[in-house]
Amino acid sequence: MDFLNALVTLSNFMLVPALAYGSQLALGALGITLIYSILRFAHFAHGDTMALGTAAVIGATFLLQGAGIGIAPLPTALLAVPFGVVAMVLYLLAADRLVYRYYRRVRAKPMIFVMASLGVMFVTNGITRLFMGVGETRFEDGARFVFNVRDFRDFTGLAEGLALRNAQAITIVTALIVMVALFWFLNRTRAGKSMRAYSDNEDLALLSGINPERVVTITWVITGILLVLAGTLYGLDKGFRAFNYFQLLLPMFAAAILGGLGNPLGAIVGAYVVALAEMGVTFAWRRVAGHLLPEGLEPSGMVQLLPVDYKFAVTFMILVIVLLFRPTGIFKGKVL
Amino acid sequence: MTARGYVLFAVMALVLAAVGAFQSWQLALTILNMSLISAIMALGVNMQWGFAGLFNVGVMGFTAVGGLAVVLVAQPPVPDAWAAGGPGALLGLLLGVASILAAVLVYKRLPKGRLRGLAVFGVLVVGYFITSAVFGPATQAIEAVNPASEGYLGGLGLPVVLAWPVGALFAAAVAWAVGKVSLGLRSDYLAIATLGISEIVIAVLKFEGWMSRGVNNVTGIDRPVTRPVDLQAAPWVQSLADTLGWDVQQAASVVSGLGYAGLFALVLGALIWLSERAWNSPWGRMMRAIRDNEVSARAMGKDVTQRHLAIFVLGSALCGLAGAMMVSMDGQLTPGSYEPLRFTFLIWVMVIVGGSGNNWGAVLGGFIVWFLWVQVEPAGRWFMELVTSGMADTSDLKAHLLSSASYMRLLTMGVALLLMLRFAPRGLIPER
Amino acid sequence: MADPFLIGDAMTGGYGGADILHDCTIAVEKGQIAVIVGPNGAGKSTAMKAVFGMLKLRAGAVRLDGRDITQLTPQARVREGMGFVPQTGNIFPSMTVEENLEMGAFIRRDDIAATMEQVYDLFPILRDKRGQAAGELSGGQRQQVAVGRALMTQPKLLMLDEPTAGVSPIVMDELFDRIIEIARTGISILMVEQNARQALEIADKGYVLVQGANRFTDTGQALLADPDVRKSFLGG
Repeated sequence: MDFLNALVTLSNFMLVPALAYGSQLALGALGITLIYSILRFAHFAHGDTMALGTAAVIGATFLLQGAGIGIAPLPTALLAVPFGVVAMVLYLLAADRLVYRYYRRVRAKPMIFVMASLGVMFVTNGITRLFMGVGETRFEDGARFVFNVRDFRDFTGLAEGLALRNAQAITIVTALIVMVALFWFLNRTRAGKSMRAYSDNEDLALLSGINPERVVTITWVITGILLVLAGTLYGLDKGFRAFNYFQLLLPMFAAAILGGLGNPLGAIVGAYVVALAEMGVTFAWRRVAGHLLPEGLEPSGMVQLLPVDYKFAVTFMILVIVLLFRPTGIFKGKVL
Repeated sequence: MTARGYVLFAVMALVLAAVGAFQSWQLALTILNMSLISAIMALGVNMQWGFAGLFNVGVMGFTAVGGLAVVLVAQPPVPDAWAAGGPGALLGLLLGVASILAAVLVYKRLPKGRLRGLAVFGVLVVGYFITSAVFGPATQAIEAVNPASEGYLGGLGLPVVLAWPVGALFAAAVAWAVGKVSLGLRSDYLAIATLGISEIVIAVLKFEGWMSRGVNNVTGIDRPVTRPVDLQAAPWVQSLADTLGWDVQQAASVVSGLGYAGLFALVLGALIWLSERAWNSPWGRMMRAIRDNEVSARAMGKDVTQRHLAIFVLGSALCGLAGAMMVSMDGQLTPGSYEPLRFTFLIWVMVIVGGSGNNWGAVLGGFIVWFLWVQVEPAGRWFMELVTSGMADTSDLKAHLLSSASYMRLLTMGVALLLMLRFAPRGLIPER
Repeated sequence: MADPFLIGDAMTGGYGGADILHDCTIAVEKGQIAVIVGPNGAGKSTAMKAVFGMLKLRAGAVRLDGRDITQLTPQARVREGMGFVPQTGNIFPSMTVEENLEMGAFIRRDDIAATMEQVYDLFPILRDKRGQAAGELSGGQRQQVAVGRALMTQPKLLMLDEPTAGVSPIVMDELFDRIIEIARTGISILMVEQNARQALEIADKGYVLVQGANRFTDTGQALLADPDVRKSFLGG
């Protein structure tokens, strides 16, 4: 029984949140990895574009709520996602036409692209703050829990409880659907295959009659969808604050590099590893240990390896370990 | 420097003078002093980017570490805190370092395989628990000592100017560690690694209260120039105020500001002189050769990674120096105020706008961009007022737009960066 | 006399700097094999790239089936019925063999199953490895994928840039056999080769280039018999 209680506590406070967080990271890291393999640069505007996309969704959510349209018990934001996606795809394509396309034409060095993405990041950040300010905005509505701690305890008769928040369940399910759809697209459709071909061998793709501009456009469209979903799910789960999205940049990059830059499957695996590591190292293991250890040996402290404030340090350590021992990532990078 | 450069600097000086004449001399000096500091940071980033093509996205971290040096060097020690847990904290740090070294040793000694991985892991876990058993209680004891005003170990109580080179040294040490890990790999890895380390440095500053007082800030740090409040009492300042027809307060702050300006200009001047020498030396030529064609430089037997590491450390040291100068000018360390957009990416805008690969360009960029950063906000407010002038005063939208005016400057900086990169990628004063 | 099926006529040009090709002419008849040989740096690959439109000509013209295609981009030439197998980077390494072939046929909108069957008949080993990533195959098999990919557009002319570079002699013979087989189906072959002797043996027409200009031009057999060619280029 004690083992079960330990497992339930662990799930409630760490596994489920980590799974949700990992799913959000995975959608973000997938975008980074796609851009890296097609446009061949590290997209530093990713976090801030995610924030702007979420801002668009929040705007549409408020309008829908104002009009009394909802899909309770699901959050209204899900209904607003398509608006956000359209807005962000248009925004990203505009950025591509106005900024990146020129550097593609002159075949600029990757670092120049990164620099340009910094400029886009600034602008995006400014626009987001113009609309949303710097404070926190909550936009989750509908039911809060799929089941809560008390339901779970009553149902199982265990001492410890497990809650599944609506936002977490939606995140995990959505991420799963999106990932399956993405892999289907990349492996089964003509457009998806042409993206992989372009990523594999740009010159030969050209020779084969694949239009690079089309591939780039498709990439931005997919990235836009992934971005808005990732941002919205993260916002539903944890509330919207522009700066938090910027800070997601590090774990997303770490996930993409850990999995092997340019490798979508790697990005997903990397994201869950990063999420589990962040939560695991900053988790207070006291209650779990209390259930597992024999009577009288319960730990007195929190049994927390690092304070929560250092979750970036965990991500960074993962990054350092990867760079030191396997710079190509778990799955060899640079393949799509 | 070319004639164009002289003209641009002269225009910049005129603009600052105009701010002094039409707004206030205090403001002009505040802008000037921060510009001087920004110019040093830009010089550092320009070394990395302009000389070597290295992309450092962690400027904020290096400046913050420099700022920490000021606290550790110049603040008076807190004897009670030292008595409460000083030795424990130091021992804890030593133990932490020792366990990492032990892990490295195990890694180097043991043959490759599962055993090695487990052994390294084991050493780290044991080391971690020993370290935290010593470190945790000691830091808690320190933070419990008079938490309202102290709660940290304090510094060494040495003259504050000494903290500047120490700040550079701190930043150099951090840069060395980051560079060691990420240089020699794909070029964007350095960018991502520096992004990470700067977040961590800020986290350490914010949450290691025993060292930096964390978000409680360290205030009242000794200053290299007499504070305006103390200057007001000086007879010569009072007579100066009389002569100029200003009030004493204003005169005192202008004098103090001028003092900083002189000090900073001295440092910046020396650094420019050194950078110019370096740029024109065989070493500088070699760095540019490596930047322009890494493959052939490698083929010629240059250890590119080692050279990159050296210049990365050097450039980061300049950022640390500037960070230390900034904290000693403000007289306070406020870890909560470090923000990447302001301390990392704005510096990048300076370098790109000014002219990457040109020391004078970077300096000019520091001046122009800092000036814009300060002045765009009122301009943005004015613009928003213009835009919203047709709206009813009670309109929510109007209130919202007016309150968001300050974010206009992020937008402006981004647009400036993009336009420069696209249409004048060599900057205002291009590389020769 | 009517033009050959493909002719790069009196081509002069280079990659922007000094000219590499000087008044160089390369031609191939329908269903025949033409081989370009010559010492290192003679401009063999450059001549082929010029025919394919990968460098700008200062003078001269390229005509395919009587049509002037000098101004067309390489991609447009693919649509006109030219297939090109680069020397390196000629496959999509992370994609399966079958996907490589599919990508080869990217510009086609009709059913490609029949063409793919033909390629598999030509290179049976590829049929066995159709689900495997092309990058994991051996050197000879990768070349087969590369040739197969180029055949997927059903070209009228196939250009091969050193197809046997880096493969073993046995695999080389095998590849040459396949190339002859391809030519028998009516596809013209233009090929640059380092292994001059073996290549000339299967060539209907041989071009010996030196410093970007034609030095000897004749049938493969005649060149092999020519004592000058033997002495200078075939090692006696």
